[in-house]
Amino acid sequence: MIWEVFRRERKGQPFVHGGSFHAPDKAFADAYAREFYARRQESVALWIVPRDELTEIGGFPDEFDLKYRRVDGYSIKARLKEARERAGTLPG
Amino acid sequence: MPERSRADLLLELADDELILGWRDSEWTGIAPFLEEDVAFSSIAQNEIGHARALYELAATELGTDADALAFDRTPEEYRCALLVQRRLVPDWARTIARHVLYETADAIRIGQLVEHEDAELAGIAAKIEREEVYHRLHAEMWLARLRDEARYADAVEELWPFALGVLEPEQRPALAERLGRPEVEAVERTAPGDEFAALWSEMTTVRRSAPVGAQW
Repeated sequence: MIWEVFRRERKGQPFVHGGSFHAPDKAFADAYAREFYARRQESVALWIVPRDELTEIGGFPDEFDLKYRRVDGYSIKARLKEARERAGTLPG
Repeated sequence: MPERSRADLLLELADDELILGWRDSEWTGIAPFLEEDVAFSSIAQNEIGHARALYELAATELGTDADALAFDRTPEEYRCALLVQRRLVPDWARTIARHVLYETADAIRIGQLVEHEDAELAGIAAKIEREEVYHRLHAEMWLARLRDEARYADAVEELWPFALGVLEPEQRPALAERLGRPEVEAVERTAPGDEFAALWSEMTTVRRSAPVGAQW
């Protein structure tokens, strides 16, 4: 049985995936997680979860390149430059 | 029986931890599976760390140092219990039986030492106890897994008199009660057992190969 480990490095920080290991049940997983990810004070908290319990979803189509929907949005730098050239107001 | 000196008490504890750590470390690289290999090796390393702290405390009293106490004594001078001397590789069931028995016994004596009027002893016991909590967790999870196996029951039966010998006579009833076993005649800490000579020889090889006073 494979367990995935998420570790919080410092108080207030998000849990980040740290790795995975084999353990036959929760008691073993608990002990090994402490051993591998926390005993040297490298984490302040851990989430451990059987890999089978995780649902991975992926493969998200972006056929029409609708990049305005993305958080990074438009890059207006090039367009702004073009517009300024047309208007003859390019700085410098 | 005359009262043991503080140095004697420290050496008994330190020798138990050093030799158990040594025996447990014989599993490094060959434990039943990789995760357990790492975990059990780490426990072995902890035990040796406890031994070092205890030797250091004894050494200030005896006017020597921890390495000299750990490695420069003759085999006859070690005081470790016979339980920890046994070479149990490659028998995992017996190794776990010893682990469970030793950790249970150790919890009783460390628990008493934490309350000791000597602040240094109480302090070191409290530090050791913080790591032993993890060792007991590890022992208990294996116990839960193996307790119904005949080979495990046989191992506990065989090692039980040795386990009693880890503790002082007045502490033994507590161990019998915790484990629900009858108090039988204990295998006392006497002269080192047969298997100890070979362990000692291997353990001190590097130390003996170097000139006296070599620094590492």
